[in-house]
Amino acid sequence: MDRYVPVAVVLLVILMIWYLGAIGMNAQWVRDQAARADETMSALEFTKRTLTLDRPVLPAPHQVALGLWDGIAGQKITSKRSLVYHGWVTLSATLAGFAIGSLAGILLAIGIVHNRAMDQSVMPWAVASQTVPILAIAPMVIVVFASAGITGLMPKAVIAAWLSFFPVLVGMVKGLRTPDAMQLDLMRSWSASASQVFWRLRLPSSMPYLFTSLKVAVAAALVGTIVGELPAGATSGLGARLLSGSYYGQTVQIWSALFAAAALAAILVMIIGMIERTTLHRMGLAR
Amino acid sequence: MTPALTPIVLVWLGAWTLNIALTSLDLPFSRVLTPIIFGATILLLWEMACRIFEIPPVILPPPSRIAVSFTQNTSILWTDFVQTILKGALTGWMIGATAAIVTAVAIDRSPFLQRGLLPIGNFVAALPIVGIAPILVMWFGFDWQSKAAVVVVMVFFPILVNMVAGLAATDAMQRDQMATWAAPYWQSLWKLRMPAAMPFLFNGLKITSTLALIGAIVAEFFGSPTKGMGFRISTAVGRLDLPLVWAEILVAAIAGSLFYGIVALIEKKVTFWHPSQRK
Repeated sequence: MDRYVPVAVVLLVILMIWYLGAIGMNAQWVRDQAARADETMSALEFTKRTLTLDRPVLPAPHQVALGLWDGIAGQKITSKRSLVYHGWVTLSATLAGFAIGSLAGILLAIGIVHNRAMDQSVMPWAVASQTVPILAIAPMVIVVFASAGITGLMPKAVIAAWLSFFPVLVGMVKGLRTPDAMQLDLMRSWSASASQVFWRLRLPSSMPYLFTSLKVAVAAALVGTIVGELPAGATSGLGARLLSGSYYGQTVQIWSALFAAAALAAILVMIIGMIERTTLHRMGLAR
Repeated sequence: MTPALTPIVLVWLGAWTLNIALTSLDLPFSRVLTPIIFGATILLLWEMACRIFEIPPVILPPPSRIAVSFTQNTSILWTDFVQTILKGALTGWMIGATAAIVTAVAIDRSPFLQRGLLPIGNFVAALPIVGIAPILVMWFGFDWQSKAAVVVVMVFFPILVNMVAGLAATDAMQRDQMATWAAPYWQSLWKLRMPAAMPFLFNGLKITSTLALIGAIVAEFFGSPTKGMGFRISTAVGRLDLPLVWAEILVAAIAGSLFYGIVALIEKKVTFWHPSQRK
C-alpha cells in the first residue's frame, strides 16, 4: 500500500490541474462565443461549456478518454479512424526495427568484445552516431527509400533500428565484459575454447544487461517509428494521426494518438520486463 | 564478384589490415588514429560507391558534393543554426534543466512526493514525448518559443530523475557528520549533497544534450517560420536538394557533438574528484 498511495495522490493532483487548466485555457473561446451571442450564463454552465468544446485548446481528460474509447472500440479495426489500425501500423514497424536494431547491436557487441581492432575503431563512431539527430534524417531516409521503390514498413523500421541499436550495443558490450579475470581464468584452466567461453560464460552473464538495454531500445524504436511517420506524407500510423490532427486542429485526435502511443510504449516495456523476469528466473539469475 | 566492386573491397581490406596492425602494435597514438582511419575509410568507400555505381545524388549524394553544398550555403546554414539550436534547443535545455533541478530539490524535502512523483517521472521519461510537439506548436506559435517549450518538456524528466537520485547519493555517515557539525539544511545541501549529486546531474545533462536538438528539429515539422533546420530539411527534401539536406545533417551532427563535448568538459571541471574522472 505504501507504494501506491503516493502515486495515486500525485496522479489525482495531476488530473485536477489538468481539469483546471482545461477550464482556464478554453475560457477565452467560450467567453468570446457568449459575447457574440450576447448571452450571459451561470458559472456552472460556463464550466460545462469549456469542458465540452469540439476543438478545445486543451481537451479535458474525459474528452481524451472518450476519443481513445471511440478510436479503439467505436470503429471497425480496418477503418481509417480506428486507433487499433494506426497503432498496428506503428507497432509492426517498431517491432521490425527493434528486431533489426537489437540484433545488429548484439552482433556488433560480440565483434567488439572479441576483436581489439573493432573495439578501437567502431566504438568511437558508434558513440558519434548518436550525436547525429537521426530523427532529423527521418524524412530523408523515407524519401531515399521511396525513390528506390521501397515504401511502407521498411523505411520506418530502419529509423527505429538506428535508434535502438545503440543502447543494445553499449549494454551488451558491458554485459559481455562482466565476467572477471577469475572466472575467465577458471574457464582457461578447464581448457575451454573461445566459443565455449562465449556460450557458457560471457553470454549468460550478459543477460541482465541485455534486458535492461532492450527496454530502453524498444521505447526508442517506438519514438523513431512515430517520427518516421511524420514527414513525407505518411497516411497511416500514430505519427500520421498526430500530424493530420495538427493540420486540421483536431486536438482530441492529437491527444488520443498521443495517449495510444504512450500506452503502446508502456505495454512494450512491460512485456520485455516479463520476459526478463522469467528468463532470469529460469537461469537462476533472478534477485 | 563484379569487377566494379573490386576497388571498394581492396580499399576496405587495406584500411582494415592497417587498423589491425596499428592496434596490435599498440603505439601511443594508435587509439586516436584507428577511429580516424575507420571514419576516413567509410567516407572514401561512400565516395567510391557513389562514383562507381553512379548513384544519382537524389538518392545518396557523395561526400564531396555535400562538402560543396556546405561551403555554398554557409549563410543559410548559419541562420538555421541560430534559429533551431541557439534559440530553440539551447534556451529550452537551460530552462528545462533549471526547472528540473529546482523541482528535484523541492521533491527532496518530501519523501511522500519522492514516492509518488518518481515512478511517474520514470514512466514519462520512457514515453514518446516528441509527440506533444503539435500541441505545443499550437499553443506557443510557430516561432522558436514553441520549439523551446518542446525541449523543456523533453529534457525535464530525465534530468529530474537523475538529480533526485543524485541528491540521495550521500550515505548516512556523511549526513550524520554534517548533523554533528550542526549544519542547517541549506548548508548541508549546498556543501555536501549538491556536490555529491553532480555526477548524476551531469549524466542527465549529457543524455539530454542530444535530446534537445532532436526535440527542436522535430518540432519544426509541425510548423515553423521560413528558417530553421527542421524547416530546411523538409523543404529541401521536397525540392530533392539532397546535398543541402546532408549539409544540414552535418551541421546537426557537429553541433550535437560540440554540445555533448562542452557538457562533458564542464563535467570534468566540476566533478574532478569523482573516481570516473581520475587518470
